Amino acid sequence: MLLLLMLSSSAWSELVIRVTQGNDKPTIVAVSPIALNGIQIKEDIGSIVEADLKRSGLFSAIPRRDMLAFPSAAKDVYYRDWRMLGTEYLVVGAMAPVGEGRYQLDFSLLNVTAQKTEFNHRVSGTKSQMRDLAHLISDKIYQEITGIRGAFSTRLAYVTANRENGAYVYRLNVSDADGAREKLMLESPEPIMSPSWAPNGKELAYVSFETGRPAIFRQNLVTASRQQLTNFTGLNGAPSWSPDGKKMALVLSKDGNPEIYMLDLQSNKFSRLTRHFAIDTEPTWMPDGKHLLFTSDRGGTPQIYKLNVASKATQRLTFRGNYNARASLAPDGRTLALIHRASSTFHVASFDLVTGRLIELTETRLDESPTVAPNGAMLMYATKQGDRGVLAAVSLDAGVRYVLPAKSGDVREPAWSPFLR
Amino acid sequence: MIHTNKFGLTAVVLSMVLAGCSSAPTDESTDIEDTSVQTGQVDTSAIDDSAMDAATAADTVFYFDYDKALLKPESRAALLEHAASLNSSPRSVRLEGHADERGTREYNMALGERRANAVKEFLVLQGVSAGLIEVISYGEERAASYGSNDGAWSMNRRVELK
Repeated sequence: MLLLLMLSSSAWSELVIRVTQGNDKPTIVAVSPIALNGIQIKEDIGSIVEADLKRSGLFSAIPRRDMLAFPSAAKDVYYRDWRMLGTEYLVVGAMAPVGEGRYQLDFSLLNVTAQKTEFNHRVSGTKSQMRDLAHLISDKIYQEITGIRGAFSTRLAYVTANRENGAYVYRLNVSDADGAREKLMLESPEPIMSPSWAPNGKELAYVSFETGRPAIFRQNLVTASRQQLTNFTGLNGAPSWSPDGKKMALVLSKDGNPEIYMLDLQSNKFSRLTRHFAIDTEPTWMPDGKHLLFTSDRGGTPQIYKLNVASKATQRLTFRGNYNARASLAPDGRTLALIHRASSTFHVASFDLVTGRLIELTETRLDESPTVAPNGAMLMYATKQGDRGVLAAVSLDAGVRYVLPAKSGDVREPAWSPFLR
Repeated sequence: MIHTNKFGLTAVVLSMVLAGCSSAPTDESTDIEDTSVQTGQVDTSAIDDSAMDAATAADTVFYFDYDKALLKPESRAALLEHAASLNSSPRSVRLEGHADERGTREYNMALGERRANAVKEFLVLQGVSAGLIEVISYGEERAASYGSNDGAWSMNRRVELK
């Protein structure tokens, strides 16, 4: 399956999604065009829903040209027509104005096989929120059919680097999970690195070299207000927001070599968590807020370790291979995505904390920065296509893949947001 | 419910609309909250970009083996010249450590710092005051050579003396 979906519209929009591998037995869904009842909008909501579902790899869609009718309500549906097309589920909906620039969209998910309505739902919003409405519809349908919470209404943060007139321009961007509605958060002639979402999805922490040295900043997405959190000699890196949002794990090398520190965001106090002459870096919180995972080469090669924040006791977790780094935990608290080196190529692998099983998920060779979606279905990572940095996604069972190359320049360091509502 | 932020943008949390005015009964409904993103501003006025004239004609870039932070023998001669120059006329220098693109970015930051520290330790052993030397790692963020091949990677595993 090779699809090319243009999904961008804003000035900075740069990501284009290409699904390269889907599920072997996808559920067949048909999304009838949403009846607009004379309302003028530029988005095609039905197409956005269809693209969301297809991108998950778990669905294939009946093309509009094959549809015999475009029903917008359950009462207008002739189930027999849809069964003939092989449709398992049908989505119908209609929009209506409710005044003050607001619109409501009533939609239904119909089970064609059972000839019954699974649910009816109403979403409402303004004209600028039509993509939000569409993603919310996708979330509801995905959850009803798969039993897994949908993550179409989430966002991505990522860094782009472009050479413009001989000089580098680094940008920190935020877009919808499908790459659309890209918004610029920060632009700098100096490197920007390591974006990390606050658990409420309203702030990002990241590393910026704008002072001539690496420093950690936090920035509010809505107000754009930003604050420099660190200004130490040496490395100031790898920020990771704690699950309660009150603390940040980070890396400082002011003691002579990289150590994991914890910053209390209320008291602004730093406490040191590791004490070793090796490299300790890339901390990430476990969901209990009491343990961190981090990368250390204290055993001779980079491996993943677990740290008890209270006792500071450490435990090595990975043993297979001579390079396992940059762990990102799935929401189940049990599956890790990490970077694993196998015969000089760097893949994303999953690592089961209970069984100790490590499985390579990707076939690309210079992978970095895995980040798991908040519903645990997909993970995104950075890799290279030719000489260009691109973002790619793979499901945690490796069955589904897609890539999101930037139209120009390098894109890297994706960070998948938490659920936003 | 209406929220107003300091930009005067109005974020409207739309209230639920009653059932009964549409053909399909609504089991539940959801309202969208506005979360528009604003752009932040960097202040780069603090950056001192004025390149200092090298006091010696010796090489200012020192290369390293993959995943290693050991000085190569061929770097010694140039570093001894820099040490002599810094000892006779002290000035502040900056050692910028770099890594190739392979591996993870923050680990490469640490690797770049380790390389720059190896150069710093050599200079300090030659009598240069540690207080004159600033170490900055750029990890893999500032490639000297573009391309994903051994040639480019060997040019990128480096420390630059500035």
